[in-house]
Amino acid sequence: MIWHDANEFFSMGGHGLYVWGSYGAMAVLLAVEAVLVVLRHRTARAAAVDEAVAADLEAAEAARTSGARP
Amino acid sequence: MRDHKPAFTKESDNRAVTEHPSTARLTWFTFAAPARFYALAGALAPACGIAAVLFALAGLWIGFFVAPTDAQQGEVYRIIFIHVPAAWMSMLLYVAMAFWAAMGWFLNARMASILARAIAPTGALFTLLALWTGSAWGRPAWGTWWVWDARLTSELILLFLYLGYLALVAAIDDTRRADKAGALLAIVGVVNVPVIYFSVIWWNTLHQSATISFGSTPKMASTMLWAMLLMTLACWAYAFAVIFVRARAIVLEREGTNAWARALLARGMAATAVDLRTGAR
Repeated sequence: MIWHDANEFFSMGGHGLYVWGSYGAMAVLLAVEAVLVVLRHRTARAAAVDEAVAADLEAAEAARTSGARP
Repeated sequence: MRDHKPAFTKESDNRAVTEHPSTARLTWFTFAAPARFYALAGALAPACGIAAVLFALAGLWIGFFVAPTDAQQGEVYRIIFIHVPAAWMSMLLYVAMAFWAAMGWFLNARMASILARAIAPTGALFTLLALWTGSAWGRPAWGTWWVWDARLTSELILLFLYLGYLALVAAIDDTRRADKAGALLAIVGVVNVPVIYFSVIWWNTLHQSATISFGSTPKMASTMLWAMLLMTLACWAYAFAVIFVRARAIVLEREGTNAWARALLARGMAATAVDLRTGAR
């Protein structure tokens, strides 16, 4: 093992701020992006479902008012 | 009530269901249809996400617990395990974005344009991360956060090209016109990629020369190399997963009202309803 204790590991030879600042930024930004794309897909799917339901209700309403049986 | 058909299946939708991708013959153009791509990307994205996590865990383990301390730079060199993969991804994704944008423009292929749009934000993010991690490495190694040398400047230009592409396509309301305008910008910007790559050879830069290049033995210990390659694979898998999900979202945003999408969503809702019923027991 390279490290003798946790302190030595986290200090990274006195450059802990640079090393963990880099890894931290990478982890946070990639995680945020992953969450955002999943939310975007869910929103798009919900919007498509809503539009489909609205279109069907409209069609059913049009059929009812014109006197035709669905 | 249970036999009630989902509200939005019509005759035309049923036709879309019977022509489901799994029954079609595979050709080069099979997945050019957004309906087929949507299904394929939906199946591949979770696998890519899991692969990204596994590769990253292996790469981080080797990078922090197996790879030795660097004789010259001490521990701070460990930034290389994310800096180099991020920089590679930034260039690779730009070329991929420009390629699909060009395909979408010249062949008038909708899915290609969607892919270009899906790649852009991830490419911009990796460019930002390459600059950020490079800056954090430059401060202890060179004594400065930033220097206007050829490698750093051309990478910064790459970030502006990504941001320019994103701003341009967002500013034009007509989707297909926006795709074409973005494609023009992306194609012109490709010239910057070899400039970034060869900048450390063409000019006398503060940035060190390539760690790995074709036709020469790597200038680093094999454990360091393994950590870097595993982290690169993790970045690849991550990029595929995120781009697939974003492309699926864009497909629905553009074509969510089409017959195939309605049929697919109706099937999805029916499956969810079954899940809920079985879960309630």
